[in-house]
Amino acid sequence: MDDAARILQLIVNGAASGCIYGLIALGFVLIYKATEMVNFAQGDVMMIGGFIAFSLITQFHMPYWIGGLLAIIITAAFGYALDALIIRRVIGQPQFAVVMLTLGLGFIFRAAAGITWGYDSVGFNTPFTNKRANIGGLVLGQDNLSIIVGTVLLCGVLYLFFSKTRLGVAMQAASQNQLAAYYMGIPVRTIFSLIWAISAGVACLAGILLSPVSMIDVNMGFLGIKAFAAAVIGGFGSIPGSLIGGVIVGIVEQFAGYDLPAGFQEVTSNVVLLLMLLVRPQGLFAERTGKRV
Amino acid sequence: MRYLFRTQYRQDIALWRHNGDRFWYGLLAVLVLIAPLVLGEFYIGELGAVFIFAIAGVGLMLLVGYTGLISLGHAAFLGIGAYVNAVLLAQGVPFLVTLPAAGLFTALCGAAIGRPTLRMSGLYLAIATLAFGSIVGTVFQKWTAVTGGFDGFAVPTPTIFGIPVEGATGIYYVSLVVLAFVLCVSANLLRSPTGRAMVAIRDSEVSAQSMGIHLARYKTLAFAISAGMTGLAGALFAHYVRFLAPDAFDVLLSVQFVTIVFVGGLGSLRGAILGAMFVRLLPQFIAVVRDDLPFGIGRLPGLEPSLFGLVLVLVILFQPGGLNGMWLKFKAWFQAFPFKRQTGFRRQKSYAKSERLR
Repeated sequence: MDDAARILQLIVNGAASGCIYGLIALGFVLIYKATEMVNFAQGDVMMIGGFIAFSLITQFHMPYWIGGLLAIIITAAFGYALDALIIRRVIGQPQFAVVMLTLGLGFIFRAAAGITWGYDSVGFNTPFTNKRANIGGLVLGQDNLSIIVGTVLLCGVLYLFFSKTRLGVAMQAASQNQLAAYYMGIPVRTIFSLIWAISAGVACLAGILLSPVSMIDVNMGFLGIKAFAAAVIGGFGSIPGSLIGGVIVGIVEQFAGYDLPAGFQEVTSNVVLLLMLLVRPQGLFAERTGKRV
Repeated sequence: MRYLFRTQYRQDIALWRHNGDRFWYGLLAVLVLIAPLVLGEFYIGELGAVFIFAIAGVGLMLLVGYTGLISLGHAAFLGIGAYVNAVLLAQGVPFLVTLPAAGLFTALCGAAIGRPTLRMSGLYLAIATLAFGSIVGTVFQKWTAVTGGFDGFAVPTPTIFGIPVEGATGIYYVSLVVLAFVLCVSANLLRSPTGRAMVAIRDSEVSAQSMGIHLARYKTLAFAISAGMTGLAGALFAHYVRFLAPDAFDVLLSVQFVTIVFVGGLGSLRGAILGAMFVRLLPQFIAVVRDDLPFGIGRLPGLEPSLFGLVLVLVILFQPGGLNGMWLKFKAWFQAFPFKRQTGFRRQKSYAKSERLR
């Protein structure tokens, strides 16, 4: 393999894993934009979504597409319940209470998944597993391509949803100004729970897309830490920013894995995160913010 | 019921509120001083570990409970303190120099990591410290020339004025002295203008800023002090474990430290000590009841972290005051007996506070 092809290969692989980080980061950003909370259990929600898809497809023998869709719906319902039953109770408490609450919930999810599905890595057959696509003489894995295509499709759907539908516009309104949204007759609490549901659904999709590339296991939630780097690079409030941040982190990580000795690849995302905070803490796509008294 | 009549403003910031405080804390001091004469080796070792965790807990309490910032990387500071102390000792530097050196160096690390991060909202500190912890863990593993990597690092026995500090009792007394020092510094810091500035930042950044408090400077100072105290705890921790392994300082340990603060009760130094007792006793308790639990729960691989997670969630949802808050309620029940009121400790209805300009 010549050098240009290898670099292109690394870029595609990096973009694929970067899309996964971007999707998790998208979940953070959706919730953060609406409620100013950060869900530290986002990676664990993805893990649960992946396991639900595994159960439906492998144990209940559903077709991939139906099982995947059903898993997304179930995980979204889980996200709704999570907000409606637990997270809503700490509204108004300091920010770090929510951080610790979601972190604690993440540990509980991990244990619950371990009890239900066991501690071994599992996987399921997808239409993309172990297939290759030949594009202009370049051989790429279909699994990686499916992640990129799936992410792009999801972004299109979310964009249409937020800009064209009544519910999407209501969500934007509730994110921008809760009080004004209340006065306009928007049920803000339900809207927030629905945003948690969308975020959980996106996480589940990330888990399903990831499954042909890496196995599903209980500790998969630690990917969430890498997604923080993606969100911070994007500016923690920008939806396209989080995806671009994810792709940047993914590609940097691939090149680090190729050029650096073993063991350093795992921390590159953290180094990128800290460098970003040093150089440009507000991120690439910063919102104009200030404080109101 | 005791009524406190204040005749001077100084009474508001006095270290001891009344003579009852002096008596009970004095009694406690005597009890912990004579404990090694009464208790066995195992209990003294455990109590020493509680003291070490309490030192780190007090440090983190200053950050979380009094400044309103959260760190998920304090295990890294514990590790830095431990390795600095152990490496310097191995070079032949006396213990009375390496201990403060460990604290100072860790405080500098804290300032270095806090300086860029604390310009942003408090959430960024949580994320940045999480990343920092993972980077430091990798450095411990890979920098084998200094840390020994996974082969471990045997910590030399320290000597103070020619007397070797050996065994559980030696570590116990050294930890006790450091804990007393840290508590004294914290209590005095909190009644100084710096401590007041920290509390003001916790309660409202906007109003603190408009009172002329330089937010980033005080936040960085609080973070550095907190990291430094954790570094002191780390130096002692090195002697407690006697053999440093790089994977001991992971996220789980950081979560344990935060559990100390939340379970103990935010905004109280007493809470940090109560929380440290809880966090050290919980694994012992699990070890005892492990075989008696139904459905084989006791043999789950991830039992301990998930129990810490569960305790955190329950405390945040139902008992935000933590153990200290429970004690205050208990005391108030007796003081007001029989006139306890249902609404006495009801939480105020609170609303979402925005940090953004809309």
